[in-house]
Amino acid sequence: MSDETPDQPQGPFARWKMRSRKKVADSVAKRIVDSPRLAVEVQALAEELDERRVEEARDLADHSTPVAISGLRADDPHLQPLAKNPETVQGVIATLFVVGLLLMAGFGAAYVVNAKPWILGATMGFGLFLFGVGLVAWGKYLMPRGPFVEERHELASSRPERDAFAAAIVERGGGLVKRRKLLGGILTGGLGIFGIVAMFPLLRSLGPLPKGTLFHTDWRKGSFAVDSTGRRVSVGDLAIGGLVTVYPEGTQNTDRGQAVDQTVIIRISNENFVTQKGRETWGPKGYVAYSKLCTHLGCPVGLYEQQLQLLVCPCHQSMFNVTNGAIPQFGPAPRPLPQLPLYIDANGYLRAQSDYDQPVGPGFWERTTT
Amino acid sequence: MSDAIIPTNPRARKRAEGPYGKIGKALDELDDRLGVAKGGRTFMDKIFPDHWSFMLGEIALYSFVILLVTGVFLTFYFVPSSSVVIYHGPYLPLDGQRVTQAFESTVNISFKVRGGLLMRQMHHWACDIFVGSLVVHMARVFFTGAFRKPRELNWTIGLTLLILTIANGFLGYSLPDDLVSGTGIRIAYSILLSVPFVGSYLAFWVFGGNFPGSATIPRFFILHVLIIPLIILGLVGAHLFLLVRQKHTQFPGEGKTEKNVVGTPMFPVFMAKTTGFLFVVGGLTALLAAFFQINPIWQFGQYQASRISYAVQPDFYMGFLDGALRIFPSWEFTAWGHTWPLEVFIPAVLFPGIIFNLAYAWPLLERKFTGDNELHNLLDRPRDRPKRTAAGAAVLALIAMLQIASATDVIANFFHLSLNTVLWAMRVLVIITPLIAYPLTYKICLELQGIKRGGKRKTPNVVTRSVEGEYIATPTPTYSEDEGHELHATPVPTFIEEESPSPRESGVRTVER
Repeated sequence: MSDETPDQPQGPFARWKMRSRKKVADSVAKRIVDSPRLAVEVQALAEELDERRVEEARDLADHSTPVAISGLRADDPHLQPLAKNPETVQGVIATLFVVGLLLMAGFGAAYVVNAKPWILGATMGFGLFLFGVGLVAWGKYLMPRGPFVEERHELASSRPERDAFAAAIVERGGGLVKRRKLLGGILTGGLGIFGIVAMFPLLRSLGPLPKGTLFHTDWRKGSFAVDSTGRRVSVGDLAIGGLVTVYPEGTQNTDRGQAVDQTVIIRISNENFVTQKGRETWGPKGYVAYSKLCTHLGCPVGLYEQQLQLLVCPCHQSMFNVTNGAIPQFGPAPRPLPQLPLYIDANGYLRAQSDYDQPVGPGFWERTTT
Repeated sequence: MSDAIIPTNPRARKRAEGPYGKIGKALDELDDRLGVAKGGRTFMDKIFPDHWSFMLGEIALYSFVILLVTGVFLTFYFVPSSSVVIYHGPYLPLDGQRVTQAFESTVNISFKVRGGLLMRQMHHWACDIFVGSLVVHMARVFFTGAFRKPRELNWTIGLTLLILTIANGFLGYSLPDDLVSGTGIRIAYSILLSVPFVGSYLAFWVFGGNFPGSATIPRFFILHVLIIPLIILGLVGAHLFLLVRQKHTQFPGEGKTEKNVVGTPMFPVFMAKTTGFLFVVGGLTALLAAFFQINPIWQFGQYQASRISYAVQPDFYMGFLDGALRIFPSWEFTAWGHTWPLEVFIPAVLFPGIIFNLAYAWPLLERKFTGDNELHNLLDRPRDRPKRTAAGAAVLALIAMLQIASATDVIANFFHLSLNTVLWAMRVLVIITPLIAYPLTYKICLELQGIKRGGKRKTPNVVTRSVEGEYIATPTPTYSEDEGHELHATPVPTFIEEESPSPRESGVRTVER
């Protein structure tokens, strides 16, 4: 400690500390009366400080050294409560318990009269909380203050014990395997084969094989596009900028129709609309249809930004430009939304020319093209 | 037994019963059969070290207890079925709508069952508290080096508990079949689909077919209420058993060594405190449930695969994955006739896989790099292991940034920024922040180490002015019992008060804390 000068602060804030220290010293200086008695007083003060510190240290040493809990005399300072005035603390805790009890009773009453949920929660919550605080305070202030100590017992066994254990396994077990190689081999092999065989029904029964189901939707040549109520969508239904979610007729209330076939029809203009080369007939009278499944994670592309003509996925904000074949403009989606070729029949109904020309929704291993 | 005379005098009878009365007698009987006395006494005397940070694991344990209790209540009323029914009930806006039984029963728990809404909200809040306290508890264990030998196995168990809890939280949150959680399941399905080679099989087998699959809710239900809770329960048991067997770690301090534990005994002190704490956690959960609405599924409505709402956010513990999915570039490519959906696989499968495996391997890695194969029962101060602390801070910074990234749309909306700006800002921040966090933390640790007297009691300085007018600060010697102690558990003596008015008007005393 001799090399350490405590009045020189160290560490990251040393300069700042030094400055504040100087300020304190200056303010003290203002209050000092220049007096020859000063030195004597300072000396006396320092001695007093020293004495009190010794006292404090002795007091600490009396009860702060941890002891083992067993075999203590009843008047041992470690067994005394931490609270200086236990009676007061007991009063406080009793009050907490009584109020908690009343609140719990209130909870019961609230339940009986079928009160609002927040009243149930408030009475029970405050009741439990006060009980808890009371118990913790009881443990902290009124029970033996300690500190107590417990020795750790060595977890490790002795060398001979370890050797004996290892010998039992290696020698006995090893000998067994050596002598009964055939049995051991059959047992291991049998269990292994059984494990593998058991895997098949366990896994295989969980669900059907994907096969082609990920590649196709229920849209067929001539499928009528219907909205969620089952009404067929016809050419007069949408104004420019209008949008409707459609399903192939008959699937609008099925899980698969909802999850796989969902398609969004947007009216972009009044004339035949071509989004990309090779899709010359797909957008009759400005009606274009895209799969509503985001190619990122399959959320429905449920937001339409009319001004920018963008379909937006609310999950991760992928944006698809509906005028150029739904090429992703922004966000994590890797591919354009597949476009459904439409035609308008003699009665003016919107119908599909065929199924989508590629799998809809997010990517998967068996998918061959992007 | 035979010729014992039963005294009629009550005092004498009491003496005949032995010094510990009826309880002593009952314990005798129990010990005859099970031999509990020796181990029981040791257990009563078991010492628990006192430090606030040891409370974090208790919060986790007690929120799990609350989850079990409220969860059992919920199973009495929840119907795990996706059969469609027409809703008729007290919540009028939904009246006449086609909903699944899962959704209907959840709405009924909220509005019809007495105390049902409270139990549902407590269950949900307790889950959030559970995951949150697990993360903080784990951070405590990491930064103080409590995972070191001999406790590597318990670190592994704890980490598994965290993963299982996150998974079970997700499953439970999906059960009501509402619009928000349904979208979450849809995303989970697509994530499974993205796994190379086996993705489509995985997705079909977990969901029982193409999305949504009729098996989803019954399967998620049994996983959520039985299988995963059972595993969690078993692992919690193992976690606590190891804790008792290996005894607690403790911070260094007076009288504390590698070979002992200093603190309060199991009975009655710790028992009172910890039971009280169970009530405190339970009470606070109930208060949260009473005053803060959580997951109001009746406002979201029944899940339909073609519907969605704006600002869909998962529960907070899924946030970092959602953030990763948002900011990862759209790197899907086709090679060898197959599609590699890396824009999903890397952020949602590979990234968490790497993070968790790194966490599993950390104790081994640290042992390898430091060559430290000793048994450790005394904890580190984080500053004394600057590299570990800095690495932990970097990972936490990464997770925190991803968490923020899961709200790009909300941030853009709130601050009137373009989504593009927010996206690129988050992409940069996710990479930069850990790179800044590491050296910064490292430097702070070194600086903190530089405070030589840190953790020791401060001693007063006496400032004197000489006749010439010069001020001299005279340090008083350090406490002798502080010598060699880097940390000191005892508090600063109360008589030292800064700028306390001196009893004499000299004003010469200023005391440094």
